[in-house]
Amino acid sequence: MVRRSRTKTPIAEQNPAIRKSNFDEVCLGYTIEEGQAEATRCLQCKDAPCIASCPVMIDIPGFILSIKEGNMQEAADILGKYTNLPAICGRVCPQEKQCEQVCKLGMAKNFEPVAIGKLERLVADWALENQDFSKLRQPNTPKIGRIAVIGSGPSGLTVAGDLAKMNYDVIVYEALHDSGGVLTYGIPEFRLPKRIVKKEIESIEALGVKIETNVVIGKTITMDEIIEEFDACYISVGAGAPNFMGIPGTALNGVYSSSEYLTRINLMHSYEFPKYDTPIKQSKHVVVIGGGNVAMDAARSAKRLGAEHVSIVYRRSLEELPARIEEYHHSVEEDIAYHWLTNPIEYISNDTGDLTGVKCVKMALGEQDESGRRRPVPIKNSEFIIEADTVIEAIGQGSNKVLLSTFPELKLTKWGYIEADPKTGETSIPGVFAGGDIVTGAATVILAMGAGKVAAVEIDKYVREKSQTPVTTKV
Amino acid sequence: MYKITKNEQLSENEYDFWIEAPRIAAKAKPGQFVILRINEIGERIPLTIADADSSSGKIRLVFQVIGKTTAELGRLTAGDSILDLTGPLGMPTEIKNYGTVMIVGGGVGIAAILPIVKGLKLAGNRVITILGAKTAELVILQEECRNYSDELIITTDDGSLGMKGLVTEAMEQVIAKETINCSWAIGPSMMMKFCTLTATKHELPIYVSLNPIMIDGTGMCGGCRVTIDGSMKFACVDGPEFKGTEVNWDEFISRMRQYKTEEENCLTDYQKAQVKNHG
Repeated sequence: MVRRSRTKTPIAEQNPAIRKSNFDEVCLGYTIEEGQAEATRCLQCKDAPCIASCPVMIDIPGFILSIKEGNMQEAADILGKYTNLPAICGRVCPQEKQCEQVCKLGMAKNFEPVAIGKLERLVADWALENQDFSKLRQPNTPKIGRIAVIGSGPSGLTVAGDLAKMNYDVIVYEALHDSGGVLTYGIPEFRLPKRIVKKEIESIEALGVKIETNVVIGKTITMDEIIEEFDACYISVGAGAPNFMGIPGTALNGVYSSSEYLTRINLMHSYEFPKYDTPIKQSKHVVVIGGGNVAMDAARSAKRLGAEHVSIVYRRSLEELPARIEEYHHSVEEDIAYHWLTNPIEYISNDTGDLTGVKCVKMALGEQDESGRRRPVPIKNSEFIIEADTVIEAIGQGSNKVLLSTFPELKLTKWGYIEADPKTGETSIPGVFAGGDIVTGAATVILAMGAGKVAAVEIDKYVREKSQTPVTTKV
Repeated sequence: MYKITKNEQLSENEYDFWIEAPRIAAKAKPGQFVILRINEIGERIPLTIADADSSSGKIRLVFQVIGKTTAELGRLTAGDSILDLTGPLGMPTEIKNYGTVMIVGGGVGIAAILPIVKGLKLAGNRVITILGAKTAELVILQEECRNYSDELIITTDDGSLGMKGLVTEAMEQVIAKETINCSWAIGPSMMMKFCTLTATKHELPIYVSLNPIMIDGTGMCGGCRVTIDGSMKFACVDGPEFKGTEVNWDEFISRMRQYKTEEENCLTDYQKAQVKNHG
């Protein structure tokens, strides 16, 4: 019997003191030897629970066994059957709430689960370095049909890749000048290097998928034209409209939505201003509102831009923090401060309209709400001011109305998202499928990919059935 | 890549471009804009679509050099290309027959009113157009505006062309002699604010086109947020046209100067580099 290490094989990371002033990736990844050592920890369960809790049901014991045996190509081939974006998911999936949460090794007393995410990343990075993309190209046989994918985020890229593999002609339309959606404009370089995103998208293009940037569906091309010109379409435009708290002072200079702050940094490279043309405010005291991954990303980015003091204001406590625990730990190591059980009530300024502080109130946790979380309630007379020249609101996003407002026939939910069957991605209009955040509201990269996988199968079914329907003449 | 097919210099700092963009040309309506990025290191800037020709697949952009990006753009010429061009963005102007309309354009804002003047004239309105600028040579696109106007009034700050004074004085004169059903004003924020005050004094409805700082131009960041009638709107998707009386002008003007220092430094660096490279 092999003696298994109780803890995960350690992984190299950039030193916090150094990394807090650069945008380079924090986690440096396993070497193949380290990966093999970690792979030997896997119990190779027969009814592996990790597979069932992965939204795209990757054969996890399978690819881990290949790593253990030193066969990286085989490991990459196994991953490729289930996911089109493994280098991305290995980095940004909340594994502690998915595959790793149910790992049988991790269930044993005093044992940590297998580092599934880090192993997926190892294989995917190896494949991006060593794989010949030209081999991916699909045989040039007559196509089954033409599919339009609207939005090039994780959900759209997954649908596009899967349908290309099924021999469809796929065009992806992207409103911004770069593809990738939140992978490109939202998640920072230090968590998800853009060269990885670019390479992974190239691997999807190598399948024959065409990506057209600078096309805003609803404006540049209408939905009527899409429906007319394609056999089916998939709407995956995400949940990209920022929410604002709407407290007094929201219009002051120095108040950002996290979407704007991160877009300037990630998409426009404002951290390299003036080498790149897009500016961003140079701040001393930054306050970030919110407790999700986006709040962590914004706070850690502000620190890297040189802010002396960055704090996160969250209305609940550490226990309820929705962000990945790994990101929270990284943020603490990088000197991000926390104001728990605190809520902003007003932004205050000097007489020139520039932000000088955030007026907050302390909160206490009251009764449970419908989601099972205890509802925070303000404590009377507990107001205080945090000095700030920049505030970033990271309190979530809603559905963007640009496409939806020009396509009123499409049925929406009461929250303004697209009503789609979660089992098929079908919407109220035949041939129009939807998935990802525009259906579920802001969720995770892997859930958006899972929705894409489901929809690709259903779109294929729909197009084949439609083309087989005999044309009947009315008598 | 989007090819520039024509570049004409209109004044010392104003340029008139035609660019190949068939999809945008096919959909553009008066009041809409594009976002462009010149190259890989460029920023995204919004510019109003001054004209569009769907048959040749071209759009027209008229701009003024005010910083690095527009300076760089001004150096491009026919045959050059820009990397990214997205549009048409924003809500179009509501073009219909109002009766008699008054349209005021100030400075480079004259280019933004041209498609509205044309659209409203073709919709059967009696169109009175007021063009204002500092001096005669800055009154751009005069003849084209005249072609679609029943009456054209020009004002210059120094009196070098038309009447000496501000566009608001010309507005007063027009309002004094006939009934106007609806009006528009596009130009510098101060001008639009004062046009709004003048129109409001005479209970004349007035629309303005706001030009706040934008990044994506598709409603995903809120950088262009403005307060309209007490509530937050995103100029890129809800506008850029709003009722002048509902705009919180002081806030709007304050937000326009957010990156003033960075913008100035960027332009200075660019000019220095130009001198170094080209003498």
